[in-house]
Amino acid sequence: MDKPSGAVRIGVGSSFADDRIEPAVEIAERGGLDYLAFECLAERTIARENLTRQKDPEKGYTPRLLERMGAVLGPCLQRNIRIVTNMGAANPLGAARAVRSQAKAAGLGDVACAVVLGDDVSELLRGMPELPIMETGEPLESLLPRMASANAYLGADVLLQALQTGAMVTISGRVADPSLFLAAAMHFHGWGYDDLPKLAAGTAAGHILECGTQASGGCFADPGKKEVTDLAGLGLPFADLDAEGNIFIGKTPGSGGRVDVHTCTEQMLYELHDPAAYFTPDCVLDITDLEISDVGPDRVRLRGARARPRTPTYKVTVGYHDGYIGEGQLSFAGINAYGRAKLCAEVVLERLKRRGFTYSETRVDYIGMSSLHGMGEGRPEPYEVRLRIAVRTTDRKSADAVGFEMRACHVNGPTGAGGGSDPMVREVLAVQSVLLPRALVSTQVVLEGSL
Amino acid sequence: MVRVYDIAHGRAGDKGNTSNISVIAYDEAGWTIIREQLTGERVMRHFAHIATGPLKRYELPKLRALNFVIEGALGGGVTRSLAQDAHGKSLSALMMTIELPGA
Repeated sequence: MDKPSGAVRIGVGSSFADDRIEPAVEIAERGGLDYLAFECLAERTIARENLTRQKDPEKGYTPRLLERMGAVLGPCLQRNIRIVTNMGAANPLGAARAVRSQAKAAGLGDVACAVVLGDDVSELLRGMPELPIMETGEPLESLLPRMASANAYLGADVLLQALQTGAMVTISGRVADPSLFLAAAMHFHGWGYDDLPKLAAGTAAGHILECGTQASGGCFADPGKKEVTDLAGLGLPFADLDAEGNIFIGKTPGSGGRVDVHTCTEQMLYELHDPAAYFTPDCVLDITDLEISDVGPDRVRLRGARARPRTPTYKVTVGYHDGYIGEGQLSFAGINAYGRAKLCAEVVLERLKRRGFTYSETRVDYIGMSSLHGMGEGRPEPYEVRLRIAVRTTDRKSADAVGFEMRACHVNGPTGAGGGSDPMVREVLAVQSVLLPRALVSTQVVLEGSL
Repeated sequence: MVRVYDIAHGRAGDKGNTSNISVIAYDEAGWTIIREQLTGERVMRHFAHIATGPLKRYELPKLRALNFVIEGALGGGVTRSLAQDAHGKSLSALMMTIELPGA
């Protein structure tokens, strides 16, 4: 469907670091976009990328940066589509340099990138041990020795500043997901922070788009109940926002999936707590009067979003080292499969105990029965069961021992134990949050390259 | 009896150790049923073996939807949980299995 006159069309190209790439190329080529935003940072991604950067100062951006940008940059530049993304992760400047040199090598010329800096507040936090942790109320002090990263969720204001440089590519580290989209709308329409209805519209549209295909038929299909046309060819959604702040959602023409009141309502409520108070760095969104309606094939209208002014604080995600998780898996089938899996779990835990290993937390899952929703009031015994044991510990050796003992049950366990996994050990980077007064955070936009 | 699955759909999202699960009625009749019968107490009973709570329930009549925010539902939080489904993405399916008296 055509874009309403005077409207801006903002598409989404990804919703996490490992999202699919082809749909982004398709929306760039066929979506009729003005802007394309890529969201690529989960809660702990920056913590992990900080560690990468410590090993290699040029890295620390999202690992698939060049694969993704290599696929979409050409089609976007050809059509004058501006790219906005948080793929910079722990090193936005490094990301910009890598993108620029790849673009040059691909014959795309000197592609200027506007880089958003200032989200890394780890030095600032080291001097503020008394800040309360939002989740626990405890002072931050206890986490500081184990801190791996601290990044403020910046808002649309600094992204807007980056867009105003005129660069075709804007790269940031941590920003709030909806801000990527709101910034594009503010840039196009010239909206300011005094215009709350427009902030509400841009933020609501951004919330719908930030999870990519989750608004257009992803995370939705249930065969026989909730059908999605050509799920294999699932396309990405876009939003048309006109100057009055009317919002229409659509998707790449000719792609699979569906955009309707059902898919958009599920996405509107996704990761939302109090519907009257969805906090972003740009505003406090209230969707209690929001209406979502079908206005055509794969075309939805949103209206009634409201907003209150932004709060005086930034939310900061603090990544910290939290020990190790060790895990092993093993399968059983046929008569008494569950009984043998249970015996195997007892044996493995007893052997670990006799070897002197202790764990702060142990979890036993019977995959096929209880690994996702627990045992509840009892589950029917399935034909096959996969036993999974996971533990939490402060040292790698104790973590590794679990998978070792599980696999050893091929020989040393109950009858018919097969398919043991390689011992898995994962270094845990956990996150907590604090609120930081805005005035303490200084943001900056740096232009890499010339216009 | 009617299952939530028969009259509504939903999606689960994560923030830290808290899961939010939407329940959206397909039509007005379904909305009346979930609004009256899918109470916070009923949902908490159904999730008691995997979540500590507390639970908050929000009504969005214009979307014919309920939003349940359940604390202590994600094994200590997405980033540190020992669970396979650390995000609790499958928890919407648990919500769908709740049986209600119906119309």
